[in-house]
Amino acid sequence: MAEKFLSGDEAFAEGIRLACPDVISAYPITPQTIVVEKLSEMVEDGSLDAEFIHVESEHSALSCAMGASAAGVRAFTATSSQGLLYMAECLYYASGGRFPIVMMNANRSTALPWNIYGDQRDSLSQLDSGWIQAYAENAQESLDLALMSYYIAEHKSVSTPFMVNLDGFILTHTYEQVDVPAPEQAKKFLPPYETENKLDLDNPKNMAFSAGPDTNYIFKYKEHAAMLRAIPVIEEAEQKFAEIFGRKYTGLLDQYKTEDADYILITLGSIAGLCREIADSLRQNGIRVGVVRIRYMRPFPTEALAEAVQNAKALAVLEKDISFGNEGTVFTNICSALQGKNITAPVYDFIGGLGGRNISHQDIIAIFEKIQSGTANRVNFIGIEEGENT
Amino acid sequence: MTEILWLGRGGQGAFTAAKILGAAYALNAGCHALAFPSFGPERRGAPVRAFTKLDHKPISDRSETEKADYIIILDDTLYSENLKNLLKSGGKILVNTRQAQAEQILPFDGDSLAKELRLPVVNTVMMGALAGVSGIVSIENLHQAIQNYMPEKIREKNKSAVQKAAEEAAAL
Repeated sequence: MAEKFLSGDEAFAEGIRLACPDVISAYPITPQTIVVEKLSEMVEDGSLDAEFIHVESEHSALSCAMGASAAGVRAFTATSSQGLLYMAECLYYASGGRFPIVMMNANRSTALPWNIYGDQRDSLSQLDSGWIQAYAENAQESLDLALMSYYIAEHKSVSTPFMVNLDGFILTHTYEQVDVPAPEQAKKFLPPYETENKLDLDNPKNMAFSAGPDTNYIFKYKEHAAMLRAIPVIEEAEQKFAEIFGRKYTGLLDQYKTEDADYILITLGSIAGLCREIADSLRQNGIRVGVVRIRYMRPFPTEALAEAVQNAKALAVLEKDISFGNEGTVFTNICSALQGKNITAPVYDFIGGLGGRNISHQDIIAIFEKIQSGTANRVNFIGIEEGENT
Repeated sequence: MTEILWLGRGGQGAFTAAKILGAAYALNAGCHALAFPSFGPERRGAPVRAFTKLDHKPISDRSETEKADYIIILDDTLYSENLKNLLKSGGKILVNTRQAQAEQILPFDGDSLAKELRLPVVNTVMMGALAGVSGIVSIENLHQAIQNYMPEKIREKNKSAVQKAAEEAAAL
């Protein structure tokens, strides 16, 4: 194990080196580019024994990774924003084909207006694509998820592709200390990929086939059931990870001072740290607040979330996303989960950070003030008063 | 938390200095650092900012620094009086310039030292000057971080730059 000063992108590339994929196919796009650059350098200098295929588009990047996975080997790709949208067709092929590919997505705004900065509209638009979706908070978690994602995706009971999301720039381009495990340790954690879901001349089978109305629904049900089976596998992976590397993770979500909290803010990604700092400062003024960070949007933490917020008086969702004409997608998912658990505390949606706009200390304090006083709207755009800028 | 705001122009290595400083500080047990550039498209010659945050506990606030302990200016044409509003009380602006000292402003002739050492940019010179002025990080740590994160052929020159700048700036 060595401590290094790395950006989120670099840390993720180190994690992928430790996971030893056989094939990497990718097309560079800001702010993911550094991951692809680093991996190509590792392949070039021989420290990563993989086939690096520089394809001509994101559609091809994932198609190529699927081909590799169908040949029975471990595959990796990475993208961002418009790149993710361009490969959208292939996302469904990969999940339907049950190819346990890992992809890093650098969360970035979607055009138009064109913008390279971070928000989460790209990956959240693909929640229904059948991929496991995790959101990292810092560079260490990024590296650790690179390793854990393969363990979970390739688990026999799961066999589902895995998208790890890093906030563009705020996480991908920020340098911090990261423990980089030794390759021997990584080998102890992650077994080699073995599958029967491959092209095998000795044992030929039909792959990537058609299924009509008589059987199609069974395949879809199986995808759903496999995604739900990922929940205990995530727990298993984290236990094994803690035993080997000494770092503990907390499953589908992470809780901070929620036990006695009257007001809880629920968010995801790299903004959670600032939210926890604000929670501490508000607690010094006697206001009992807590923070929930959703680590996995798929499978969704329905049970864990309901348990975490059951005693709160009011809840805020802070998300870098909007589904036009409705509300934030994270908010929709949360409200649905809580309604099923008969939690009746009011929930308010706060849309912030779109196109990379800074979410300040004061913005987060204002969220807590508004949900405490009950003056928030159901859906609130941070920085825009109702009726403005229409 | 100690916060440092770097101002430079694209190509001057402001972010490299921000990163090396963070890496150097983080070498000490129990010390934590974050370093990041102003985000977005990069253009040579355009004004750029970079940030280093240093603390004795893990740093979870990833937002841009609003008030800095030190502002380091690599090109004095980027100086404006308004920058003083971005300083914490007692904060200082360290400028690469031949102009005279003024309130809250520490002038350091980084260009001359860089020229003497045949360095094309002043980033590590000003980083050394910061170490000399503030003592927030040791020269040994800066040398180790240069060793770890700079290309081999420019390491020794930059180590000398840090050393000499720190010695000269200690008098400020």
